Amino acid sequence: MNLSCLIGWMADVADVAKVTVPDGPSPEHLLVLPILLPAVVAPLLALAVRHDIVLARVFSLGATLGLLALGLLMVWTANDGTIRVYELGSWKAPFGIVLVLDRLSAMMVLLTACLAVIVQLHAMGGWDRRGHHFYSLFQVQLMGINGAFLTGDLFNLFVFFELLLIASYGLMVHGGGPFRLKAGLQYVTVNLVGSVIFLMGLGTIYGSTGTLNMADFAVRISQVPESDQALVAVGATLLLVVFAIKAALVPLHFWLPATYSNAPPLVAALFAIMSKVGVYCLIRFADLSLLERAGALAGLGTNWLVPCSVVTVIVGSVGVLAARSLSQQASYAGIASVGTMLIAFGIFTPAAQAAGFYYLLHSTLAVAALFLLIDLVIARRPGAGDGLDPIPFPQRGLIAALFFVSVTTVIGLPPWAGFLGKVQILGSLQSASDWPWLWATILGGSAITLLGFANTGSAVFWKPAATENDPESESPTHLSAENVVPPSPIMPIAAIGLTWALLILLTVFPGMLFPYLDAMTQQLFDPQQYIDAVLKPAGATGT
Amino acid sequence: MELILASAIGVLTAAGIYLVLRPRTFSVVMGLSFLTYAINFFLVSAGRLAVNRPDILVAGKDLSEYTDPLPQALVLTSIVISFGMTALIVVMGVRGYFENENDRVNLDATEEVIARSRQ
Repeated sequence: MNLSCLIGWMADVADVAKVTVPDGPSPEHLLVLPILLPAVVAPLLALAVRHDIVLARVFSLGATLGLLALGLLMVWTANDGTIRVYELGSWKAPFGIVLVLDRLSAMMVLLTACLAVIVQLHAMGGWDRRGHHFYSLFQVQLMGINGAFLTGDLFNLFVFFELLLIASYGLMVHGGGPFRLKAGLQYVTVNLVGSVIFLMGLGTIYGSTGTLNMADFAVRISQVPESDQALVAVGATLLLVVFAIKAALVPLHFWLPATYSNAPPLVAALFAIMSKVGVYCLIRFADLSLLERAGALAGLGTNWLVPCSVVTVIVGSVGVLAARSLSQQASYAGIASVGTMLIAFGIFTPAAQAAGFYYLLHSTLAVAALFLLIDLVIARRPGAGDGLDPIPFPQRGLIAALFFVSVTTVIGLPPWAGFLGKVQILGSLQSASDWPWLWATILGGSAITLLGFANTGSAVFWKPAATENDPESESPTHLSAENVVPPSPIMPIAAIGLTWALLILLTVFPGMLFPYLDAMTQQLFDPQQYIDAVLKPAGATGT
Repeated sequence: MELILASAIGVLTAAGIYLVLRPRTFSVVMGLSFLTYAINFFLVSAGRLAVNRPDILVAGKDLSEYTDPLPQALVLTSIVISFGMTALIVVMGVRGYFENENDRVNLDATEEVIARSRQ
């Protein structure tokens, strides 16, 4: 009942907004709803229902499902090929802030919503009780992520970055513990330095081109006088550096394993989308303004993308082999997958980017499922956590089977979509001149990752617990934190099941997905469409 | 004035980077504050340096007599955000200090093992 009130209220808000907008092109209120919905629910969760966990769960689940519906609606809407623009406060494009919906941002919002539902289900298994305000932070995080995917303004992108980061700081230390706090402090510091670099880039770009609107910047970058080109290059490079920090591209990946492996596993699962925010921004910014239309500055920074990604794949997969705990392993697997998709994005051909995005969808969900599974292991091994030592725990066989399936999805073994994605990427890489090296990297990386996970599988799940009769082994068990609520196994299994269901859908229906992805990359490689839509709304909506 | 502003930004940034790389929480927080001060000055300068010029429309003034209002709005946003972030990192630093009984920033391998056994 409360939920229907809320939705009714949301509709009222939308109506009021509609009335106050003056005449002009028909406002696309759909674009702002994925930001508005969590923005309304988050304070409600923090203020009104903070004492009642059941009510908080209902509200947050309702909002997340609403977000999923919005995501589906956005993909449906964007699929007609029109790029929709929402002018906040009806301020015209280069001056006001715009939200832009094209196929890519619609797909990313849908992916975020799917992941949000999964994490929400998992959190309802007991994690939401281990600290305060889990759901309101969660909703703020969703708001920031959706905003970053939808905005068409660089400074607004900074603001949404800060939003999603400030929520992630809270989520990262959710559940507490001295070591997690320390890791959280490092995470905050790295990201604050990242924000400083971001602002430096924005200041330089504004000072030299006089705009922060992405479409306007894409127009002006080709008209920059020669004396200012170095400044613009510095500004754009600083932005690329920030996006690379977020995407955890080597050599800027160092923060990710420490953060993800010390965050609560379900938060790490949610963070799987955060590195994709970095990837998204990198690709959006590069495709829009740094390719051939940039004139003298064409190829700026993007030439570095493939070499860095190759090193990322190597570091990620060797990291999987060398990791000392399950969650570190999953973090490095995430880094390797980002490297793989950025190799595909980095050669900047439509086919390769379509394959890369297919792989992005798969790997985000697969890594998230692995983190959720690690949470099940940790919950069953009090005192041992997710270390790589053979300690018996209840339902070991079941968890081992789940782990096996999960790992095959993460590595991208057949029959999963990760395999199809990698095959597509390998196929599309043949247009690059140095494709044998890229093939060797991707295939070798997969093999090393496989080796690392096989090692873990035998260490954690297969080896008989040699220390069982050892009196020493008694000591860790009594350390089990008594304040930890034993999680119910139903919700986590439901969450993992849902993730796998989505992965199976990706695997079974690539034929339905690829037309969308191909159309999406066509849109990305025709930046003029985006620019026309943003800077001349009346003409663009007419066609 | 360009010289003063430019060198102020440079000195603040240098001090900030040095302090951020220190091993204790307090100096890291100080360093971050210096960095955000530097960046605020830098954003102001992105709209070109101007003295005694209005940034909102006044009747009877030529457009060339205005200063750019946008960087001021950007700086305001940046100040608010960085202030909030500094408050947050101070809280996290203080809590970390009391829970860890030290204010070192680096992650210690032995601490990590202990932390895992407490999970």
